[in-house]
Amino acid sequence: MALLHTVNKSPFERNSLSDCLRRAKNGSAVLLIEDGVYGALQGTSASDEISSRDGSIKLYALGPDVDARGLSEKPLIDGLELIDYAGFVDLVEEYSSVQSWL
Amino acid sequence: MEDWEEDEFDGPVKKFMYVNRKAPYGTVYALEGLEVVLITAAFDQDVSLVFIDDGVFQIKKDQETSGVNMKNFSPTYRALEGYEVEKVYAEKESLEARGLSEEDLVIPVEILSAAEISELMDTQDMIVSF
Amino acid sequence: MKLGILVNEGPFTHQASDTAYQFTKAALEKGHEIVRVFFYHDGVNNSNKQADPPSDDRNLVTLWSELGQEHGVELVVCVAAAMRRGINDDLLAAGFKISGLGQLVEAGIIGDRLVTFGD
Repeated sequence: MALLHTVNKSPFERNSLSDCLRRAKNGSAVLLIEDGVYGALQGTSASDEISSRDGSIKLYALGPDVDARGLSEKPLIDGLELIDYAGFVDLVEEYSSVQSWL
Repeated sequence: MEDWEEDEFDGPVKKFMYVNRKAPYGTVYALEGLEVVLITAAFDQDVSLVFIDDGVFQIKKDQETSGVNMKNFSPTYRALEGYEVEKVYAEKESLEARGLSEEDLVIPVEILSAAEISELMDTQDMIVSF
Repeated sequence: MKLGILVNEGPFTHQASDTAYQFTKAALEKGHEIVRVFFYHDGVNNSNKQADPPSDDRNLVTLWSELGQEHGVELVVCVAAAMRRGINDDLLAAGFKISGLGQLVEAGIIGDRLVTFGD
């Protein structure tokens, strides 16, 4: 039993990403969507917190949201995988339940 | 209870967890979230209610809303017991970070650590967060 | 997999309804079953057929309506949330219906997963 967590807020505006990471157990997955994808950028004031969990939790970001925000050429956090909506569906199936950190 | 009555549903029992993370009044989520909890209990499901982050402000006692002309719905939390919602938890770290303790709350809750809440979340069938 | 979808925001202020729509479409394309899409909070505004966004932008009311009709997906608008916001049967786009919150709980009971989209 492991959860899929989704985060849809920019870490520069809200605490949702920190709130999520603090509760996400090892073995769970965190998917960044909507404004949450700003948390996928490398070299920001928010990067270290999420990077430090690479290896213990799986990190994903929704590619269409990354592209929409002009981030497709920017370096993303090591270990973070970009997925599309179909990949999002697959993650929902793979994990036992979904918690949306709204 | 709208068009659903307790005895109309005899399907499977699932573990539903409602995660309250938002303060009351500033947005509608706390109020409308509470309505979902009460309905779920009427379906005889295994309901857990968790207050974390700003959600702990929902159950702060002494709410007095006449000055903002909004309905004070905090007494409704006291009705949860009548709906047999007995698994009500608040997170220790969230309370402490906001300068709150058990004595500040409008209902008795079980105080759990963040780690214990994470464990509990893992065992749920459905998690709905408002 | 049987999926329940909860949409908590309207079609114009927040991206939640867009993401929910794209997710639901992708799930259907992969052959999953959508038990129900339930619209709650300001999400009930996704059902308002009088919404008339500029023609060069997407119209989520129409998109949901078409998805519902083409795939037989139930689009249920919460009655209590709808009444608060002045949404009634006369305003509903094709494919939507108004019903109780119990329909959300039931989607959670029948479904293998419940996925929430909101603010």
